[in-house]
Amino acid sequence: MIAEFPPGLLMIGGAVLVPFLKGNLRSAYTLVLPLLGILQLMTFEPGTFGAMTSFGFEQTHVRIDKLSLLFGYIFYIAAVLGALFAWHNDDPLESSTALVYVGAAIGATFAGDLITLFFYWELAAIAAVFLIWAARTDRSFRAGFRCLLIYMVSGVLLLSGAAMYANATGSVAFNNIGLDSPGGILILLAFGIKCAFPLLHNWLQDGYPEASVTGTVFLSAFTTKLAVYALARGFAGTEVLIWIGVAMTAFPIFYAVIENDLRRVLAYSLNNQLGFMVAGIGIGSTLAINGAVSHAFAHIIYKALLFMTMGAVLFRTGTAKGSELGGLYKTMPWTTGFCIVGGASISGFPLFSGFVTKSMILTAAAEEGYLVPFLVLLFASAGVFHHSGIKIPFFAFFAHDSGKRPKEAPFNMLLAMGLAAFLCIAIGVYPQPLYALLPFPVDYLPYTTTHVITMLQLLVFSGLAFATLQRTGLYPPELRSTVLDFDFSYRWLAPRAAGWLMAVAENAGMTVTSKFLLLLRGLIDRIFQTHGPQGILARTWPTGSMVLWAAALLALSLLFYYQ
Amino acid sequence: MADLSVHLPALQVVVPLVAAPLCLLAGRAGLAWIIAFAASAAATATAAALAYITIHNGTISYHMGGWPPPWGIEYVVDTANAVILLLVSAIATVVLAFSPASVAKEIRPGSQHLFYCMFVLCLTGLLGIAVTGDAFNVFVFLEISSLSSYALIAMGGQRKALTAAFQYLIMGTIGATFFLIGVGLLYIMTGTLNMADMQARIAGIQDSRTVVAAFAFITVGLALKAALFPLHLWLPNAYAFAPSAVSAFIAATATKVSLYVLLRFTFTIFGAKFAFLNLPLNWVLLVPAVIAMFAGSLSAIFQRDVKRMLAYSSVAQIGYITLAISLASSAGLSAALIHIFNHGLMKAALFCAMGCIFYRIGTTRIDDMAGLGRQMPWTMTAIVIGGLSLLGVPLTAGFISKWYLVQAALQADLWWLVILIALSSMLALVYIWRLVEAMYFKAPPPGLEGAREAPLSMLLPTLFLAGANIYFGLDTRLPVAMAENAATLLLRGQM
Repeated sequence: MIAEFPPGLLMIGGAVLVPFLKGNLRSAYTLVLPLLGILQLMTFEPGTFGAMTSFGFEQTHVRIDKLSLLFGYIFYIAAVLGALFAWHNDDPLESSTALVYVGAAIGATFAGDLITLFFYWELAAIAAVFLIWAARTDRSFRAGFRCLLIYMVSGVLLLSGAAMYANATGSVAFNNIGLDSPGGILILLAFGIKCAFPLLHNWLQDGYPEASVTGTVFLSAFTTKLAVYALARGFAGTEVLIWIGVAMTAFPIFYAVIENDLRRVLAYSLNNQLGFMVAGIGIGSTLAINGAVSHAFAHIIYKALLFMTMGAVLFRTGTAKGSELGGLYKTMPWTTGFCIVGGASISGFPLFSGFVTKSMILTAAAEEGYLVPFLVLLFASAGVFHHSGIKIPFFAFFAHDSGKRPKEAPFNMLLAMGLAAFLCIAIGVYPQPLYALLPFPVDYLPYTTTHVITMLQLLVFSGLAFATLQRTGLYPPELRSTVLDFDFSYRWLAPRAAGWLMAVAENAGMTVTSKFLLLLRGLIDRIFQTHGPQGILARTWPTGSMVLWAAALLALSLLFYYQ
Repeated sequence: MADLSVHLPALQVVVPLVAAPLCLLAGRAGLAWIIAFAASAAATATAAALAYITIHNGTISYHMGGWPPPWGIEYVVDTANAVILLLVSAIATVVLAFSPASVAKEIRPGSQHLFYCMFVLCLTGLLGIAVTGDAFNVFVFLEISSLSSYALIAMGGQRKALTAAFQYLIMGTIGATFFLIGVGLLYIMTGTLNMADMQARIAGIQDSRTVVAAFAFITVGLALKAALFPLHLWLPNAYAFAPSAVSAFIAATATKVSLYVLLRFTFTIFGAKFAFLNLPLNWVLLVPAVIAMFAGSLSAIFQRDVKRMLAYSSVAQIGYITLAISLASSAGLSAALIHIFNHGLMKAALFCAMGCIFYRIGTTRIDDMAGLGRQMPWTMTAIVIGGLSLLGVPLTAGFISKWYLVQAALQADLWWLVILIALSSMLALVYIWRLVEAMYFKAPPPGLEGAREAPLSMLLPTLFLAGANIYFGLDTRLPVAMAENAATLLLRGQM
């Protein structure tokens, strides 16, 4: 019987009890629920259940295949990590919202039709916004609201797209949609907003760093990866995704390099990692899809790990700004170690999880003959190593000594980070179990000489450049603690030309934006004039004029009808 | 029991009609309330029974006083008006359950029993309009409901309520007169007042200018009663200054009933072919509907009083309903009826919540409601649910409405209409957000820090209505089945 229970509802229904539990009991409860969920997934056989008919369409509440199972597992694992990390947290709102959020994401993963998908999609969006609000700061409230607006647009697009699709094809089944089906573009845009496509991405860097220490760990895992899942399901092999993905890997690097808030750096690098997956989905070969999906799997773990380490730093020192941190390795050795593991994973060091998954996407790009995408992805890999592999651990834990001597992170956080770090290494060393879960059969060997050498070359030279600049004194130590310093010392990576171009673009953008704002302001003034309390459309009219309207309308209708 | 059930269509109207003078004779507020509540509860039960019968056995025809039509007055109940009867009587019952505390606070002690008397009279009128199959009878009940609602609105606490009621009286009377002129013209041409008979006789004389003029008078008159843009000008003040319970009842039901009559005349009597192919009724409805969607929402955004804001939002929502009607398809009519039902639920919930707030802080200005989210959490929950439903967020009744509306527009291949619907829904987000922001994110103004949650007798009906918004967002069987059945009936043998 338990097997026939929709997997997402377990978490969503379970959230109701959270406010009635206290302390350790509540923490244990939020940990046990996803564990139960994993057990439930283990009993699942491929197939569907929960069929129903509403709105005149055949719906499938739960569809189980390898793709949805893989995402189901990783979402539950992320929930376990998050729950463990948040064990100390005494906020029923955040705990229950997190459960709903996880449940909605899992429900959406198993949704077999677009209507069910839409329901869970919106629920996940609303839960995410509440998770941001749970930080209860003014900034988080504003950022959450901006996210809400953008999510709403995504929801409306998805709904309109689904309606068009259903209308034209007579079915709402959620399988490969493609751009050619009616409504396909709208659905792609809806997914793209959640997947933080370039120019649709700002909510991510805006919202995630404003959530609480624990909230960000949850957020980093679900919304965007749900979108990756949806893209893999609906738009595999859509060529435009390659270019979108490639752009996504490249452009956040520059921002990540100049950003001072380390959690925001992670948000940018999250965006960059999504690019790899999107590109993989766009390539669409079985190897590329395997790569994209497995990369999502590995990515959720190491990204959560990185957010956890930065969360621990924020938790202990009260700041996550690179300019105010440094030298923390002396008192937070474990966190430092875990952060390095996370950095190594995201950079794709051999023996770490990123390597065995990302190299599949790169290989697929090369095999399918996409030269330019391949080169950009290669460049992006070096960039990732720079800003996530070096910058984050270096400026948080080493660099110059900030004089801060915080305590080591609490035990529950260490446990969560340790578990994540263990998984990162385990997947890197022994990827076969992960490969077995992938949607397509894998005949790919990550540890060939070519793969390892290519990656090591990339990483070694990237690291060498960093070290050289360090030794030749291009980092004036006395300036290192200021924000300006980042600008200065990191120009070498972002070529000056790019910097200049960006400045020009930004300027132009500012002009356009300000013009637009002026225009908008004028429009709102106009609307206020007509619709405001004293406006012609909203003030109380004299009775005589009302009657005149009625008479005019009657005359008009008579004219119309007689014509 | 068997022979009683035969008389259900008559009882639907007679029970509240008899209750009205009883309320007057009762003389005391408490007793009058009991009578009114019992009558409207009985009306709800009757409506439910009628709905059940129409769904399972089809249309009911009842001959008043045993006179067969077309000579006598015939009451006809099919799914189209059964759903209206159910909505009107159920809302009346819940609002009456809500009203004792509210009325005690807002109406002078000496005239509270008059309030209940007028309330059941208004209910009688609205039910009568829906149930009757006789064109002139519609006018009679229209006047009963209108006159009693003028009186109800005038009972509002502020002096502005008098002007609002007076304006509504003038406009309502003109609307009813137009309607009556239209019915008169039809009577001249066909010699009958029975709707079914009229339909049969009109078929042969559709080219007659008199019939066309009758059509124009009837549509404009009903558009005035239904507050279709630009004939909505009486509505904001009427809703804003009426007593809380009256706002909740009238906003949820009165305009809906007029829209039902519009449907009945357009589709059953004149026929969709006449209205939409011979005459350009689709454009006559569509253009004002779209303007209403935007002008109503934009005006709502800038209102300082929440009741007025909700009134403007009603103007916009009526726009959605007429938009659906203008599509003149089976899907469009279903969408219109579903939204009539669901919009009644949302507006009743929201106006009841406003009644709770007015009860505690004596005002419904948005600035004075700052910080109430902490002081009146349950009322605010109802507002948030009602607001979400108004926006059309999934899991609420409003979503179902929007879904069917969009489907209907898509079936008619009107892509741009779908975009306009989505855009205007965004506007609703703005005004609902203003409310949420004031309630949850601002500090209470000085002097109003001590507001408490509304009394349970008001809170429970409000939450019940909010719950109904969620319930009908999940279980759509009742409204959808009735609306789809009704749409088929209205379009039968036409187009």
